[in-house]
Order: sequence, then structure tokens, then C-alpha cells
Amino acid sequence: MWKTVLRRIMIMIPEVIILSLLVFLLAKAMPGDPFTGSINPKADPAQLHHLMEMNGLYDPWYQQYWNWVVHLFHGNLGNSYQYQEPVARLISSRAVNTLWLALFTTVLTYCFALPMGMYAAKHEGKLPDTIIRFYTYITYSIPFFVILVIGIWIFGYVLGWFPTTGSISSTANPGISSAGSRLYHILLPGIMGALFGTVNVVQYLRSEVIDAKRSDYVRTARSKGVPEADVYKHHIFRNSLLPIAAFAGYSITGLLNGSIFTETIFSYPGMGLLFINSINYRDYTVITALVLIYGILNLLGTLLSDIILSIVDPRIRIE
Amino acid sequence: METTSNFLNIKDVSTAFKINGKYYDAISHVNLEVNHDEILAIVGESGCGKSTLATTIMGLHNPAETKITGTVDFEGTDLLKLDEKGYNKFRGSKIGMIFQDPLSALNPLKRVEAQISEVMDYHTDFTAEQKHDRVMELLDQVGIDNPKRTARQFPHELSGGMRQRVIIAIAIACKPDLIIADEPTTALDVTIQAQILDVLRDIQKENHAGIILITHDLGVVAETADRVAVMYAGQIVEEGSAEQIFNSPKHPYTRSLLRSMPQIDKQDDDLYVIQGNVPSLQKMPTTGDRFAPRTPWVPASEHEADPKMHDLGDGHEVRCTCYKNFEFPDQQGGVKS
Repeated sequence: MWKTVLRRIMIMIPEVIILSLLVFLLAKAMPGDPFTGSINPKADPAQLHHLMEMNGLYDPWYQQYWNWVVHLFHGNLGNSYQYQEPVARLISSRAVNTLWLALFTTVLTYCFALPMGMYAAKHEGKLPDTIIRFYTYITYSIPFFVILVIGIWIFGYVLGWFPTTGSISSTANPGISSAGSRLYHILLPGIMGALFGTVNVVQYLRSEVIDAKRSDYVRTARSKGVPEADVYKHHIFRNSLLPIAAFAGYSITGLLNGSIFTETIFSYPGMGLLFINSINYRDYTVITALVLIYGILNLLGTLLSDIILSIVDPRIRIE
Repeated sequence: METTSNFLNIKDVSTAFKINGKYYDAISHVNLEVNHDEILAIVGESGCGKSTLATTIMGLHNPAETKITGTVDFEGTDLLKLDEKGYNKFRGSKIGMIFQDPLSALNPLKRVEAQISEVMDYHTDFTAEQKHDRVMELLDQVGIDNPKRTARQFPHELSGGMRQRVIIAIAIACKPDLIIADEPTTALDVTIQAQILDVLRDIQKENHAGIILITHDLGVVAETADRVAVMYAGQIVEEGSAEQIFNSPKHPYTRSLLRSMPQIDKQDDDLYVIQGNVPSLQKMPTTGDRFAPRTPWVPASEHEADPKMHDLGDGHEVRCTCYKNFEFPDQQGGVKS
């Protein structure tokens, strides 16, 4: 098993190198520079030139790339031009919020999706199946941000059940009340995200279960005299959960990407919101760092999926 | 024939599938008996209803989409009257089934041992140890060289022949009285075929089981069967001992099948080809001789309006009267149509 994992990690190394190179070159190709906006427009152009030179912005690109990578390994992602603080610290303070939201959304997604998908497939073609499929088609066909806005409007504004912005109430005391306030703030974005994320998992699981139901090995199980409930438990569900388990890794990265929408609309101070703000302010160091982090997280997500798959599916293990 | 030795009596069984809201017979009015210590082969082309018959006996059809009539009397119980729970007492314990495609008939995610001992979980009070011992014994019985290793393996690690042996081991784990083997050798190459058939025969001798062997391979039938039932378009058209069927086939379909079988001693002959196809369910004729459209040179007067089985003595039966004057067109020296 660990051989598969090791081999998989080895494959990831060139991927990360290519990713970092791309990120770096894209950032270089962006128009503008980090200083023009922040100094007196009447200042001497020579002064700007001097600043650029001091920061190594006239070095050849490979030199700059190398410096960047070396700094990366020291945990130095540079300073944010906008916030004037180290990018690493800035991102890590936001990452915690995003992580909690993503985790909460993932758990909720699977809590909704697994029973729904199984139930729909087990009662294929009957009324509950039709209702669940109707729900998935509707949700799937509406853009995510529209769902979020509708959610905020109904539950945050009209009904007033949930806060619509922020990650914690300013009046919350440290301790239980602050944890409660955090949870209260991620409830609505989490539920909305889960309702949307559920769709893929439900559709996927439903078709997997329906395939498994008709498979030869399930017929074999029936011919052994295994009661129907056990056929579902030991053969159909177990086997159809396998690709879903593998899907989990991807879905976590999907959530991180989706967090850009969620956090912007909920003004939730996580990585997604930071990303959008940095783009608006041309905060290049933050943008590069975030793109790199999102990229690596995506690679880690697929790695996670492959590892999960190699644990649950004996067919892809390397002996 | 003594009724006591017939432990499986299939009487007037029809199975109809629902297609676009209408029911179509896949098998109609089938009558068969199986005795202990006997291998009954059911032969016919693809689409003749052989597998449907097998799955009907096993009760593997979705009741919402099928309509089954008749009786399947198994050791005094009419299987068709049982509910799921009652059926499960027979499936796996008293009736074992061997499936056609060993590649897909095993659960890819379970080890061989788990798949074999699962049968015993539901039909025996064996302890884990007893089950393990029985698995070893079974794997050995079906001719697997290293039972310990194979038991720990997953299906994808085994060859087709090995998988089919595992499936046989599952089918015979509880020493069933009846084994239904649905094309057990179709997916295997010829040398493995022979081995698998040997295994089946040995098991039958040991357990005094009755075997229903479903196949389209007449070579397999000649090698193993005691009795043969020839099926065409959902009906039995001829039934008799293997000798009767091979040495004096009567029904045009049986004779066509035998003629289309390659023979080693007649190399230069072109193989006989039966014209046309087995009709699909929706196009199945419901009156007259169902095989008549494929022997168009036979005058309609030769056929019965409603073909019945005719007893020719010694358990040899044939459907319709058209067999009496039946000749192949090239052998009449006549027209090729």
C-alpha cells in the first residue's frame, strides 16, 4: 500500500515544480508593478526605478524565480503590499477560517448526499427518487452564487435566522461563546455549500448504486441466499461507495475553490475573500502565494483521492 | 419413471417479461424433471430462454417486471409460491448456481474466502474455524492447487479458470441437491473447459446432486449430459437421453443444431447454417411451430396448428409432427432456398 502512496508522491514532485513555474511566470506577466500605486504620483521616476532595482525586479526571470523558490522554502512568501505584513502570516490567519468552513461543508455534504443517493437508487423510478432527481437537476442548473444570494436573502435577511457576514461576532467572549459564534457564522454558508455540493455526490452515487444493483456479483450474492438487506449492505452500497470515497479528495479541493464565491458573498474572512481582495488591489505577492497554495491543495486533493482509492480498492494497489 | 427420484419437477412454467407495459413470454409452458445423480443439459441458441429458465428456478427475477406462472416443485415445495425469505432458505443451500461469466460474477472487493464463506454465514451454524476449514476443503475439491493462497486473494488476481472454480466452490459450499450451471464453460478456453466439466462431474458423484447444465455447446453436452432438453424460442422442442438426442435426433431444430456442429472426421464439409435468427421477445410467434419460419421449405401441412409434445418411448419426446418427413434441402437433392 505505502508503495502506491510513495510512487504517487513521486509523481507529484514534477507537478509541483511545473505549477510553481507557471504561477511565477503568470504573476510576472501581469501588467503594472507593485510600487506605482503606493508612491506619490509626482515622485521622480528614477526613485521608482531605484525601488524596482532594490527589490530585484530587473533581474532575469530565472534569477527571480530561484530567489522566490528559496524564500518559499524558508516560509517567506514576501510582504503583502496592501496589508504591509508577511504574506505567510496573513494567509495562515485566514486559512483557519476557510478550513473550518470547508470541513463543515464537507461533513454536511456527505451527511445529506449519502442517504439521498442510496435511497434514490434503491427506490429507482419511484416518487422519492423522482423528487431527489428533481432537486438535483434544479440545484445543478442554478449558478452557485445565485443560490448563495437567495440563501442569504431568505435565511439571513427575511427570516433573520443567521448572520450574513463575518466569521465571528464582535461581542463574543473568548471560550465557549466565541466557538459558538464561529459555528453560528459558518452554519448558513456551510449548509448552502453542502446543498450545492450534494448534487454531484447524489447523482454519482445514485448511478453507481443502480449499476451495482444490476451487476453479476450482486446476482451471485442473491443466488447464495443472502437476504436483500444484506445484499445492499455488503455488496451494493459498499462497492458503490468506493468511487465516492475517491471523489472525496477532489470534492475537498472543489470546496476550497468554491470558497471564493462563498466567502465573497458572505464577507467571510477566509482565503477566498483574501484572494478576491488581493486581485482588486493588485497585491501580487498575496495572489502568487494563494494561487500556489490553491494549486498545491488541488494536487494534494487528487493525491488524497488516490490514496483513499488504493486503501479501499484492492485492484489498484501495487504489490 | 419413478416419481420419487424426481426431486425437481417443473410444470407448465412460463416467464413473461414486461416490455413497454406489455408482457412477453420468454419461456412458455416448460415441463422438465431432474433426478438425483443426473446431468440434464438444456441446449439451444442464444435467446432461446435457457438462462431465463435458470433464473426462474432460482427466483432471481424482479417480480415487478416479470410474470411467472406454473409450478416448480422442489422436494415437495413449490418454489414459485415462496416469498423472498422462504426462497433464501433454498438459494445457496439446496440449490446452487454457477454463472456464465466468471469475470464479473465475483465481487471485486472481497477476498475469495469471504465470498465462499458468505454462503455458510446464512445456511450453517459453522464457527469461523469450521467455515475456514470448509473453504479450504472446497477450494481443494474444485482443483485449486494452493487453497491457502487463493483464499486470501482478490478475484482480479485469479485467472478465468480459477475464478470459475471459485464460483463452483460457492455453489457447492452447502452441498446442494440441485446445481444449476448456466454456461459454466463459455468464457473459458477448451482445456480449462474440460477441467471444469470434470470438476462438475466429480462433485455430482460425490454429492448425488442433480445438475442442470445450460449450454449452447453441443460438445459439452455430448461429454457430460445424461439427458438433454433442446429449447427453441422459449419452448422445449425435444427431450431425451443424450444417446437418443445425438444418435436419433428428431426435431428439425435438433437436427439443424447437430448439423451445424463441426466434426473432426468431416473436414471438407461446409458447416450447416440455420437460416434466420431466434425471434426477439416481441416478435415471438404465439401459434404454430415456432421453428417453422427457419425451415421455409417444409410445407405448412407438415406442422401442427398447436404443436404438442409427442412421446416416442423411452422418455424421448418431440414437439410437432413435422419431424416425421423432415429433410434438409441439400439432402433431398432439391432446392436451396
